[in-house]
Amino acid sequence: MEPLLELKNISLSYHTMEGETPALTDINFSIGEGEFVALVGPSGCGKSTILNLISGLLQPEQGEILIKGEPLSHSLVNIGYMLQRDHLFEWRTVFSNILLGLEIQHGVTREKKEKAEEMMRTYGLEDFKNARPSQLSGGMRQRAALIRTLVLEPALVLLDEPFSALDYQTRLLVSDDIGKIIRREGKTALLVTHDISEAISMADRVLVLTKRPAHIQAELPLTFAMEDRTPMACRNAPEFKTYFNQIWKELNQNET
Amino acid sequence: MKPERILTPQELFLKKQRKKKLQIRAARVFLLIAFLALWEISAALGWIDSFIFSSPSRVVETFWTMCLGQQLLVHIGITLAETLISFFLVILFGIGFAVLLWLCPRFSAVMEPYLVVLNSLPKSAMAPLLIVWLGANMRTIVVAGMSVAIFGSIISLYSGFQEVDPDAVKLIYTLGGKKKDTLFKVILPSSVPFLLSTFKVNIGLCLVGVVIGEFIGARSGLGYLIIYGSQVFQLNMVIMCILVLCIIATLLYVAVSVLEKQYLKRH
Repeated sequence: MEPLLELKNISLSYHTMEGETPALTDINFSIGEGEFVALVGPSGCGKSTILNLISGLLQPEQGEILIKGEPLSHSLVNIGYMLQRDHLFEWRTVFSNILLGLEIQHGVTREKKEKAEEMMRTYGLEDFKNARPSQLSGGMRQRAALIRTLVLEPALVLLDEPFSALDYQTRLLVSDDIGKIIRREGKTALLVTHDISEAISMADRVLVLTKRPAHIQAELPLTFAMEDRTPMACRNAPEFKTYFNQIWKELNQNET
Repeated sequence: MKPERILTPQELFLKKQRKKKLQIRAARVFLLIAFLALWEISAALGWIDSFIFSSPSRVVETFWTMCLGQQLLVHIGITLAETLISFFLVILFGIGFAVLLWLCPRFSAVMEPYLVVLNSLPKSAMAPLLIVWLGANMRTIVVAGMSVAIFGSIISLYSGFQEVDPDAVKLIYTLGGKKKDTLFKVILPSSVPFLLSTFKVNIGLCLVGVVIGEFIGARSGLGYLIIYGSQVFQLNMVIMCILVLCIIATLLYVAVSVLEKQYLKRH
């Protein structure tokens, strides 16, 4: 089957007056439909740069990005992007924050609105439809931000350390929450994180990046012997420790 | 006698805070009254020359007679109108130009030194030129009022726009937005509190500019009255006009702050 997303020989450098900093060298990977992939790597290795490339905010210097076999620039597929912080706007109600993407794409229709309302109901935000974002808890805010992304019906959801701004306890709960929602909606997702356990608990496959200039050091498919996989349950699974050690070793191999 | 209840630490704290506030307010009122009383007494006892320094009672008297003749109200109205017109024009052009700079960073890089120079130039130096160029009329006064506030507004609005969280701007792009969407969905709405606080300062500056304009090229308005009064040695009138300007400046400031508070309460 043709992969949903394909990155072929992607390279990119940052240019400043002081000189050229190579950020990515020869990145190759693909993601299949419905897959959940995590990218782990040391801080500042260019993980977010990869997401910026896939979302079209940046252009690669070399290589190409294909979505369903078509070059990214020709593709009409929607790509959702969840940033580190939720950026719900305080001057809008929760509901109109959720409709922001539709508004920008001129896609606010009755059906879409109903769909947004339904998602708010499903994910426990219905009572906060007309509330201000500041009235929501950290977890609810992330959920609202996810719904804002999902109402655009993206074929692919990019998650750029979406839990890093939360305290540890909330972080566990919210990643569990968001992981479940993404699986339930059957979305393809690419998660960027420096937290190994977060990657293992959420992803089907982990890609390990090296330090800058980043390239893919290892690829690790994860399989858990459990029926209904949730991030929280994964953390307690016997396989978790093995995977953790494997990724840890990969990450530290190029440290020395 | 009522048995005295022992106050909880919280109540004690509140009481202390309230007392502090009351003391500050009382001191302010006292200062004003003391000043007015000292002024009146020293004029009455001849410590100061009341012909030059006037006195509160003379100021009130002048105010009253000029109000009865209705001419004072007309002058106040004109100054107020000119100030408000130039203030609204400053808002309009200030926001417009700041948006233009934001839309086109290269243009803003070119303009930056000019804006800085124009902003630090004493605008009163320009007033005589404005009279020659535009004539001694209300339009000139309004332009003089604007000239004091406009450059500062543009600079501070533009730097306010630039301080908007770049991630919030990125969000708009990730949702498929263009530069126009960033402007209307993020930059402008998030700048509203900042806009209001900028304008709180600027309304006073407009008044300054209007009075400067009236000094030089007007037949009406409080600035004209001050110049006229000093030329005919009617210093009661001059001081009265200055006090009226004090009150106007305060009221304008308060009006904008009330708007600001209303806005912040709603959001």
